[in-house]
Amino acid sequence: MDLLSKYIEKYKSLNQYYQKSDTEFFKNIREKSLEKLERFNIPIEKNEKYKYTKIESVLKNEYEFILDEKNVNINLNDYFQCQIKDLDTHVILLSNGIFYKNNKNKLSTPQNVIICSIKEASIKYPEIINKYYNSLSQENDDFFSNLNSLFANDGLFVYVPENVKISKALQIINITHGFENKNLFTRNLFILEENTELSVIFCNHTLNNSNTFIINVTESIVGENASFKCYVIQNEHNQSIVNNFHFIDLAKNSSVNSLELLLHGKILRNNIFVKLHEENSNVNLYGLGLADKEQIFENYTLIDHIAENCKSFELYKNILDDFAVCSFEGKIIVEKNAQKTTAYQSNKNICLTSDAKMRTKPQLEIYADDVKCSHGSTVGQLDTEALFYLQQRGINYKEASQMLMFAFANDVLNYIDVEALKNKISDLINSRLRGELSDKCNCLIGCGK
Amino acid sequence: MLIIKDLHAEINGKEILKGINLKINAGEVHAIMGPNGSGKSTLSAVLAGNQNFKVTQGEITYQGKNLLTQTIDERANEGIFLSFQYPVEIPGVSMINFLKTAINSQRKHNNLRPFSSAEFLKYMREMQNLVELKSDLANREVNVGFSGGEKKRNEIFQMAMLKPKLAILDETDSGLDIDALRIVANGVNKLKTPKSSTIVITHYQRLLDFIVPDIVHILYDGKIVKTAGKELALELEEKGYNWIIEGVDNQINK
Repeated sequence: MDLLSKYIEKYKSLNQYYQKSDTEFFKNIREKSLEKLERFNIPIEKNEKYKYTKIESVLKNEYEFILDEKNVNINLNDYFQCQIKDLDTHVILLSNGIFYKNNKNKLSTPQNVIICSIKEASIKYPEIINKYYNSLSQENDDFFSNLNSLFANDGLFVYVPENVKISKALQIINITHGFENKNLFTRNLFILEENTELSVIFCNHTLNNSNTFIINVTESIVGENASFKCYVIQNEHNQSIVNNFHFIDLAKNSSVNSLELLLHGKILRNNIFVKLHEENSNVNLYGLGLADKEQIFENYTLIDHIAENCKSFELYKNILDDFAVCSFEGKIIVEKNAQKTTAYQSNKNICLTSDAKMRTKPQLEIYADDVKCSHGSTVGQLDTEALFYLQQRGINYKEASQMLMFAFANDVLNYIDVEALKNKISDLINSRLRGELSDKCNCLIGCGK
Repeated sequence: MLIIKDLHAEINGKEILKGINLKINAGEVHAIMGPNGSGKSTLSAVLAGNQNFKVTQGEITYQGKNLLTQTIDERANEGIFLSFQYPVEIPGVSMINFLKTAINSQRKHNNLRPFSSAEFLKYMREMQNLVELKSDLANREVNVGFSGGEKKRNEIFQMAMLKPKLAILDETDSGLDIDALRIVANGVNKLKTPKSSTIVITHYQRLLDFIVPDIVHILYDGKIVKTAGKELALELEEKGYNWIIEGVDNQINK
């Protein structure tokens, strides 16, 4: 049985479950997603985007689904304790992607900010959920994002009302746990109304090395004059496959910074879809991957310049060791009316071994005539002249290589503007490049037990 | 200090050095001059241990030990310093981090405890003053955005920090105006001790007005074809290389 048929069968078996708990709105979304999926070309590898991932062959196991909190019988508070000194945040706990209500840290966010589960929001604030949930992802034709819309049952909902600026970052700790061979469909919805500010830090952790496949969809709706910063730290384990989608919509004069740190996982794939649909908005996307062993890291970005005077900037870097395989595919579309667009894209990669493989594919589609666009990608080794220079000053080869690698990586970290987080990550990457962190260390960020 | 015997070296199968013999005693300043392509920079690269060049014959003894079996950093920590003709820009690596790592590598090699940050900064400031280097250079990334003159002064600054026993100045005068040349030369002279030796590689006599050599060698076609006192440099300036080259070529033809 092919992958799609397996999922459809699974959906049918869960139908009763969904019928019981879904509002009409969600029933409708599932039906539409199912229709879309049924029209999908199988196998998925025929699809250009997944040509090299071989994701279908990896996903041969029968997965169990975790769709709600019923199976959670552990106290997450016992498992989490952030060890980053001076990192002052509002901590939100997610259990397998589902909002954890018994968080002992009471949130001290401004009163009218809403932070709760999507399920709860769909009952309490149906007008908001029905307007925004799936509003960005529904247009997407990716197999896995549609699969998420078909199965996702709950997730995190954050609503920042007009003129509210949250100075401390929301630190979202998602702890993945539970049985072997699980498939999670996690979902986040961020809504920033006019004139707001929000920073979020996603820290993903696992409590065991069980086989896990996570499909996450995050939708961020960023209103006029709003500023949104999103840091994602992906530090999974050897049996963890993550396909992460972030859909971002920017209104007039708004800005978004997104930074993804890919540190550990069997397959980590990040897809970002950005729509600059009103003038003067500004998006910056950064990514850093440190891949070794047989890890596969992929970044896919699509930036759609719809309105004029918008800016986009992308910087993605990878260091590949051993047999690692990474890819970057970045598409920029400048539509006919998007005059005065500025769009820059840069992808730089270092392959430390001849077995490591990097694929990079910049794509520009420009339909306006008054734009500044550029892209550049490089795949190379450490600069031998720089190595010689450092060694000639008495620094041994190993240390000289580490200095160059760290300098290469640090370029991306400079864009983290939560100082405590930046310092911690900088230290961690330094030790990772020195080989001081063992493979068994799942918790690179150093929090949790 | 340094004895080179019948040294042959090649790059990509092309022989550049064709039998160099050279002896440098402690405290001496040797100038190596010669036309373009004669092998001057190759000689400095081979001494520093650059792997692009392959030594095919001959030997180099430095401080009584075989130099050719030592790694690049071992040679550096044993006191060989190469001032690069084209110092490399290293984005993302700060001068402070670079120098601190270098100094502490050397101290470790000499069984000394590493400098603390405070000790290091104090030492660095002293050396900056010695070579008249503006303090903001030290806060920048290694050679990134430095002008040609700043890069060369930065080399001499690093030399001051590392206090080499054998300093090789590869075309240090190229790209320097006369004031910068004087500052660089002053730095080199201040750092000179009776126990340290210097090899000055240059095209022109100009630098040798400031750094006065004990012995001048002329390198041509991979061999040292003439060795004399400092007056040889003056003679060269006057007559050019041709009179020597012609002499050598004539001898070969005979």
